[in-house]
Amino acid sequence: MIARGTFRSAERRCRGCNGGRSRVPEGSCFDEMTLPDGAIRPAYGRIARWLASTPVDVLGSRCVQAELMFRRMGITFAVYGDKEAGERLIPFDIIPRMVLRSEWMRLEAGLVQRVKALNLFLADVYGDREILKAGRIPADLVLHNPQYRPEMAGQRVPHDIYVHIAGIDLVRTGEDDFYVLEDNVRTPSGVSYMLQNREVMMRLVPDLVAEHRVAPVENYPDALLASLRSAAPVPVGQEPTIVLLTPGRYNSAYYEHSFLADKLGVELVEGRDLLVEDDRVYMRTTEGKKRVDVVYRRIDDDFLDPETFRPDSILGVPGLMRAYHAGNVTLANAVGTGIADDKAIYTYMPEIVDFYLGERAILSNVPTWRCREPEALSYVQSHLGELVVKEVNGSGGYGMLVGPHASRAEIDLFAEKLRANPENFIAQPTLALSTTPTFVSAGIAPRHVDLRPFVLTGTNGIRVVPGGLTRVALKENSLVVNSSQGGGTKDTWIVEDRIFEESVAFQGQS
Amino acid sequence: MLSRTADHLYWLARYMERADFLARTVEATQRLAALPTNYSGSGTEWESALESSGAAEGFRATRGKIDEASVVEYLTFASDNPSSICNCIELARANGRAVRTALTVEMWDAINGAWIELKRFEDSNFGRGRFDREELSRFLEFVKKTSLDYDGSAHRTMLRNDAYWFSRLGLYIERADNTARILDVKYHVLLPVDETVGGSIDYFQWTSILRAVSALNAYHWVYRESVKPWLIADLLILKAEMPRSLIACYENIVHYLDSIAVAYSVSGPAQAQAHEVLARLERTTTQEIFKIGLHEFITEFVESTDLLGRAIQEQYLKY
Repeated sequence: MIARGTFRSAERRCRGCNGGRSRVPEGSCFDEMTLPDGAIRPAYGRIARWLASTPVDVLGSRCVQAELMFRRMGITFAVYGDKEAGERLIPFDIIPRMVLRSEWMRLEAGLVQRVKALNLFLADVYGDREILKAGRIPADLVLHNPQYRPEMAGQRVPHDIYVHIAGIDLVRTGEDDFYVLEDNVRTPSGVSYMLQNREVMMRLVPDLVAEHRVAPVENYPDALLASLRSAAPVPVGQEPTIVLLTPGRYNSAYYEHSFLADKLGVELVEGRDLLVEDDRVYMRTTEGKKRVDVVYRRIDDDFLDPETFRPDSILGVPGLMRAYHAGNVTLANAVGTGIADDKAIYTYMPEIVDFYLGERAILSNVPTWRCREPEALSYVQSHLGELVVKEVNGSGGYGMLVGPHASRAEIDLFAEKLRANPENFIAQPTLALSTTPTFVSAGIAPRHVDLRPFVLTGTNGIRVVPGGLTRVALKENSLVVNSSQGGGTKDTWIVEDRIFEESVAFQGQS
Repeated sequence: MLSRTADHLYWLARYMERADFLARTVEATQRLAALPTNYSGSGTEWESALESSGAAEGFRATRGKIDEASVVEYLTFASDNPSSICNCIELARANGRAVRTALTVEMWDAINGAWIELKRFEDSNFGRGRFDREELSRFLEFVKKTSLDYDGSAHRTMLRNDAYWFSRLGLYIERADNTARILDVKYHVLLPVDETVGGSIDYFQWTSILRAVSALNAYHWVYRESVKPWLIADLLILKAEMPRSLIACYENIVHYLDSIAVAYSVSGPAQAQAHEVLARLERTTTQEIFKIGLHEFITEFVESTDLLGRAIQEQYLKY
């Protein structure tokens, strides 16, 4: 992807939004580097200078270098339903996405608050169901939700922690406007890219990293280990044994599983490596059976235990749920967390935060129409061309309609689905997602981004490593950032506000 | 450690070692086959290359006439030969990928880098059946270098714990098996019928055996005399200083099995079996071997090693 064009940083208007088919009004989306009047926002001061002083072909060769590094490291993912592709790289963009510390502090407080509320919500809906009794959420929306696990009702989990690892997807639409697009509290992935992107940046542009004094993310694995350790079942005599349970090397996120296990210093196990005896979990080792206390599982609930869930699962561990219910093992995340990141429940997050914490949610939800409500439905039906309509149980960008980018036929087809089963859908306005400068084949151009920070919960507290995974929609005008749909990633730099004041003082030195 | 991890490490090492042996076999056979017919003897060089690689049966079932191009293709790129060099590297990487966490970055780099390079060879016409000796020799060099890279990075970067020991076990069991195979296929030229120093047409057969196990120079350093068949047998079976000799392989096998036994505070059938084979090798002499019959001796050795492989599998690698 070496650029041959001469498109330089000077021309960085909001092209991502005014291209032909999009109906978001021209110039209405927020570019994180360049304001409409051409001024550079403070966080990007040095980046703008770096881009202006680096020839496009140098940037291009850096990109090629980055790609080689990723390929050699074996950082690949498999795309479902695409056998030909085998192992693919997620495209990496070398222009970092900048966030000021002051902006981050607010996000962090909001993330901690949100995850705290999500854990309380889960303990409640699988426990006393106070929020349902209080009528704050329709009971049928929870109890009849396919994501609700009746097996977990009335069961306690160790320390009442359900969500040990959360990935919260945030989008920005303006100077002070951040929204939560969705919560991921089942088996969120992507953290390995957050870590490896930084490693690659430190090798490719060491000066740029150094002069920005970027907040480090490399302690994430340590923080994760501490959280997992703290979450071990209560009467663990000695150091708890932690394992990472993967579906195996054909899973799209296998690279991440092995990377994390390595960084954590824990065994990467598959279902066949574990066994359950007398309601205790063991792994098969060269020295015989060894007791396991905490399972950081990257397998979906459905495949976890063929005795309880899908009987045809060969990925799981027969009897694991027995051991879980007996309190002999911690599963991270807990079984049944899917109810908390369900898209229908998402719309109630402000109520959930208020109910459990008595606080106003710091992070806003994207305004959402619940199609189960007749008024909302009729609005959505008459505005399909402007809205993003999502299936409540869909993930990965499948099963959604992006109205402004859809053809007439696609819209008609979706309208049919919506009519047949309205409670299965929610709709949101097409958000004018912010753009950041991105290196594409034509040179440097603005592309839409989102941000997924990772939030860790243990008995030792709630922690967010400063940063996250920035995903970027590489196609012009595209709003879909999922890696399975042609999205790429960027390194995310949380930088001190102060540095930019200093830089003013030293201007003119070289 | 996980039995599955140990199993993958063990097989990873075996496949890398096997790829190296195949590359050397092809190379040595090419030299031999390029000689004028009255030097190279039987004219069945490519057939014995198939035999010593354990690929003869598969070849006969799927291919026609035995000639250089078809055997080379079968031993290098054939996807239907489970032990072709390509499949060995492919399987080595698959094993490695399954246990990424047990590999050091350098080891993974060696394996994955080789795999990427392999794809390049496959994508060139060369991998698609076009026969080209120059490209072949580049390919064989690449394979030998790959196994050196892997071996060196394992040796230099792995922690000295059970992961390392199982990996080394795989290497030495595979190596013992390979050396025994080539001896078995070539035993008839190693029989000390009559001694015609330098003049024997078998001379080139003998040196090709030494080449296949990269021992031609070593031979001269050890014996300081011209190549004689019984000394080749001595070198490849009983000389502990020769890294590919059967006895050297078993010294290593015993060493690593003992390390595991000490670390786990328990010894089992695998240790007993390995010690027994080593003791037999230490007791015996070339005279005795030729008295029993080289072929019989090797056959028994191959069976014992097979038995040991199964004992290791049973004792440690089951999952």
